[in-house]
Amino acid sequence: MEFALFLGCNIPIRLKQYETSSRAVLEQLGVTLVDIPEFNCCGYPLRNIDLKAFVLSSARNLALAERQNLNMIVLCKCGYGTLRMAQHLMKENTSLREGVNANLAKEGLKYEGDIQVKHLLTVLFNDVGTEAVKKKVTRPYENVKIATHYGCHALRPSSVVQFDDPVAPTIFDQLVEVTGAKSVDWSTKLECCGGPLAGIHDELSLDFTKKKLADAKKAGAHYMTTGCVFCQIQFDAVQKRIEAHTDSNPHVPSILYSQLLGLCMNINKDALGLDRNQIDITGLERFMAANDPGLNSA
Amino acid sequence: MKGVLRTLFSAKVFILLKVFVLDVLFQRWLMRKDFLRWLAHMCIYGGFLLLLLMHGLDKLITSVLFDDYYPTLNPFIFLRDLSALVVIVGIAMAFYRRRLSRMPRPKTTAIDYYALIILSLIMISGIFLEGTKIVSHSRYQDMVDEYTGLQDPEELNALEAFWADKFAVASPDVKEPFDKDMLIEGEQLHEVSCAGCHAPPQWAFMGYGVAKVIRPIASPLDRANVHTLLWYLHFMACFFGLAYLPFSKFFHIFATPAFLLADAVMEEGKSDPANIATKQAMQFDACTHCGDCTTRCSVAVAFNEIPNPNILPSEKLVAFRSLLSGNGLSEKRLMTIQEGSHICTDCHRCTDVCPVGINLEDLWLNLNRYLAELGYPKPERWARKAIEADFDLTKLKDRTLSLTTVDKGFTSALTASAQASTFTVCFGCQDCTNVCPVVGNYENPKKVVGLLPHEIMHSLALKQKELALGSKMLWDCVTCYICQEHCPQGVRVTDVLYELKNLALRHLMAKTT
Repeated sequence: MEFALFLGCNIPIRLKQYETSSRAVLEQLGVTLVDIPEFNCCGYPLRNIDLKAFVLSSARNLALAERQNLNMIVLCKCGYGTLRMAQHLMKENTSLREGVNANLAKEGLKYEGDIQVKHLLTVLFNDVGTEAVKKKVTRPYENVKIATHYGCHALRPSSVVQFDDPVAPTIFDQLVEVTGAKSVDWSTKLECCGGPLAGIHDELSLDFTKKKLADAKKAGAHYMTTGCVFCQIQFDAVQKRIEAHTDSNPHVPSILYSQLLGLCMNINKDALGLDRNQIDITGLERFMAANDPGLNSA
Repeated sequence: MKGVLRTLFSAKVFILLKVFVLDVLFQRWLMRKDFLRWLAHMCIYGGFLLLLLMHGLDKLITSVLFDDYYPTLNPFIFLRDLSALVVIVGIAMAFYRRRLSRMPRPKTTAIDYYALIILSLIMISGIFLEGTKIVSHSRYQDMVDEYTGLQDPEELNALEAFWADKFAVASPDVKEPFDKDMLIEGEQLHEVSCAGCHAPPQWAFMGYGVAKVIRPIASPLDRANVHTLLWYLHFMACFFGLAYLPFSKFFHIFATPAFLLADAVMEEGKSDPANIATKQAMQFDACTHCGDCTTRCSVAVAFNEIPNPNILPSEKLVAFRSLLSGNGLSEKRLMTIQEGSHICTDCHRCTDVCPVGINLEDLWLNLNRYLAELGYPKPERWARKAIEADFDLTKLKDRTLSLTTVDKGFTSALTASAQASTFTVCFGCQDCTNVCPVVGNYENPKKVVGLLPHEIMHSLALKQKELALGSKMLWDCVTCYICQEHCPQGVRVTDVLYELKNLALRHLMAKTT
């Protein structure tokens, strides 16, 4: 199983632990990652500004992966949704695609549209499979309740992103349950983290974040888990900022799924980068079954 | 000043020395990054430095170091031409890189070419000067008068024949074919009178090549005193280059080493803030406009669709410098800087790749902060504010919509897009509004967000441009796609809002400028 790893702009500089933990987990699960250093912005930040610029930016990445005949694995949900959307738009609109290809041709690139864009979670669920993941879990969690945050841009519009059932998705919950943790049901599970409005309308952005944190707490979650750069920043760095300004924050630390899985696969702590999270998540280890190193060598 | 003295009298002086040798003189960072570019740069800079010290400043340096210095003797005569060749090879590589490299590069400006052109002019005028001097009979005559002391016409003839035969002097007095004995006598005279101070001009291989080519027209050139003209041209080119140096790209010769040295010994948080500020100001001059940042930029590809050069880091830096220079920039210029500056994902790649080590990321943060102070924040934020000031939707109930504001061009822009044109099938069920979490966030959403999602769709059907583009809802949309997912008619509500945002920005920018 081989994929071109698409990191985007934020992970290498602001969320390095997502990269290192995902690499470590995927390596253990037999997924080979290929780096393409020429990758550029996924196009997501350009969507408010200019449709054609966003599609071109996405398409250049797609064309680069296509040149090496590789499917893409994306860690960020916004990046995933954006790349899928660009594929969709270029399929639907040939003149848009021709315009894009005219620009790509300047670099000797071409977008044909025959590679697949996948997200870390869909690769784990569909390509690797929960059974194979479960086999690698050597220190399962016990009695920990986790709130899964699906992320809008992976889930919707469902006809374009084809991630999971948009109304009643389960893949993230199943992947969490594989680790022994309990995935709680909570009311705003499928709603927005507030990230897209950060820097545009901060007040509204924070309304969303706070509401979700309160809901997750109400459902009894000890932790929240994400599979997206923007959601994680919102529930980690931004939550920490919220806590600095108010006493009433519900305090639901957020962990990246690759960290959550990696920890119970007994993966090297440096690779997981738990201490890189803004809010301390090391307490999660209290919920682990007694460490059995014998299992790990399997 | 205190900081400078303290640095000089501490262990840091060794750091300075190391940085000077490895980074300033040898430019190891460049060699590691791109060997060909390092080679081009070393050719120009090494060759030119040798020419400057050995040839340009020969009276001050070379003749002091070497008692028997004559520019016409080896190794100087040979080294001069060799250095020139090295510089020319470097310039050719630089031209090649600018013109033919396939990677998207920043725009090459006149300033970029100026440096290469002035260098080429110095080199070419020098070589032609040398060539015309080699063939010039009057120069030959001057040297004979000055150095040989020969009087006998026969001896003079013999020497001239030898120089004409062997060293390409274009003599009007002696004609080929030369008598063998005469040449032998000439050679003996040459050994006694000339060879001590003048190596065979073939050693100046470039000038000699030129001499061979122009020899047939040497006499008229000599009569027109072309070599004096060329001397003036050569001298003026050097002088012009020197005079214009502080205003040209050549200034990096001083600014970049100064920045590298300052950067090596200054520590954020420890050094005097005033010194840190100076270092930051130095960054602008240290930039050599090499374009590495732009080549590596994550959003540079957008430049193909949004032709705003301020997207490209190498150009954004230039814009920031002009912004800081205090000359009031036009509103239009400020808005292009604003747009370019915010099409940036803060990915840090430009900073990582800068060969001089300029902290570009830091500069962009400062630029955005500065632009916000001037009233030009992130375009989305700016648009939201502009709408707030411009459109008062609460007054709408007293207003009858006039059909004259119908803008057909506006909706045709939308119907051209497959996704945006889906608004036409909206039947007004209000599902989108009912499921919208932004609408749900407010007690009185209409007052806060202006038109609600279904109303925006409706205003599109009525071709009401001002209404559709003037709703704050556009900028309050969290793009969660819940509305789109729920629409029973398949209207791609979120995508319509995305395209409306694109149009609104263009509309507002055009309106403001």
